[in-house]
Amino acid sequence: MYLAAEGAHNPILPIWQEMVVGTISFALLVFVLLKFVMPRMEAMYQARVDAIEGGIKRAEAAQAEANKLLEQYRAQLAEARTDAAKIRDDARADADGIRQDILAKAREESDRIIAAGKEQLAAERATIVRELRTEVGTIAVDLASKIVGESLADEARRKGTVDRFLSGLESTGAR
Amino acid sequence: MSGQLVVAQDLPWPPSVGDFYPPDVAGPWVTKFSIMIWIAVALLIIFFVAAYRKPKLVPGKGQWAAEAVYGLVRDNIAREQMGNAGIRFAPYLTVLFSFILLTNIFSIVPGLQISPNSHIAFPIVLAAISYVMYNYVGVRKHGLGKYLKQSLILPGVPWPMHFLLIPIEFLQNFVVRPVTLALRLFANMFAGHLLLLVFTVGGFVMLGSSSVFVQATSVFSFAMAIVMAFFEALVAVLQAYVFVTLSANYIGTSLADEH
Repeated sequence: MYLAAEGAHNPILPIWQEMVVGTISFALLVFVLLKFVMPRMEAMYQARVDAIEGGIKRAEAAQAEANKLLEQYRAQLAEARTDAAKIRDDARADADGIRQDILAKAREESDRIIAAGKEQLAAERATIVRELRTEVGTIAVDLASKIVGESLADEARRKGTVDRFLSGLESTGAR
Repeated sequence: MSGQLVVAQDLPWPPSVGDFYPPDVAGPWVTKFSIMIWIAVALLIIFFVAAYRKPKLVPGKGQWAAEAVYGLVRDNIAREQMGNAGIRFAPYLTVLFSFILLTNIFSIVPGLQISPNSHIAFPIVLAAISYVMYNYVGVRKHGLGKYLKQSLILPGVPWPMHFLLIPIEFLQNFVVRPVTLALRLFANMFAGHLLLLVFTVGGFVMLGSSSVFVQATSVFSFAMAIVMAFFEALVAVLQAYVFVTLSANYIGTSLADEH
């Protein structure tokens, strides 16, 4: 009564019209926002969480995939390297073997050729020596017969005179 | 002495409760306060609907602001106080938070310069909704008997203590909680407005003094008024946060399985 007389209101006592206004207006606000805005906001919130988490998950998957591929490539590369090294080693061994073979064959061949040549040479020499010997003997005997006038052929052949002479020649030649 | 000043300057000095009750604009239904409430409701609806008219995964400015408020209430209040079960209350708590915040900020908006919440009618409405909500949620989850038992009976106490504890718990959970919820918000906004009045009007009163020394001192009064305006902004945000956090906490205790 005192306050009312002063034209002032007790601040602890609510004005009932204001409570009605407050209730109605706040109810309207809550109704509109809860019906039209907040569900979409929560949905958007979830969608964003999904998008971000999904993005992270996708990125992780891609990362894992990339790592796997990298590992695979590395393994393949290492394998290829081992293969290459092995092939190189094999090739080197093969080449070595082939070279050895060829060398051996060539050496054999050359030895054979040399041996054959030597043999042939020796044979020819022997033949020539033999022929020369007979020829020289015949010529010498013929010459002597002509000089001496009688046939020494049989005599000389019988006593080996010519051979002895020739041997003596050889031995002086050799000295 | 002060009466002389008021007469001299035609200023309402000292500030009184009457300053909180400006003359009605048109009858008891259309007052400055009810108009401010409607303005707040309209602004919030326009802001949120406009910001969320076409929501995108990568938000624009308006959408980002709306989501910042929602994210704050959802993660820092609802989930903090109630765990993941509390997220379904986040939409209502967001509306509550933005409504209290905006109406509190009115206390330092030029032209309005008073918060509707400095009339206790509006905090009472908001506290009553929270009160009904946390009791309803508790009864629906546990059933009336179990909810009352959980709210009133502390486990692990010797039985004679209950003669003392049950009334205290009853008072605590069903009387003190809603009353303090409403009173805290009301009193903060009331006192904040009174402080601003004291320093601003006081400054003008000192300026109108006949003594030069008192006139010079009015500078400090105005400076203080500016500081208090910033302080009022802080209080506005803080009280909105506290009101919503406590509401969430009460709902959380109703939902909890233990006392």
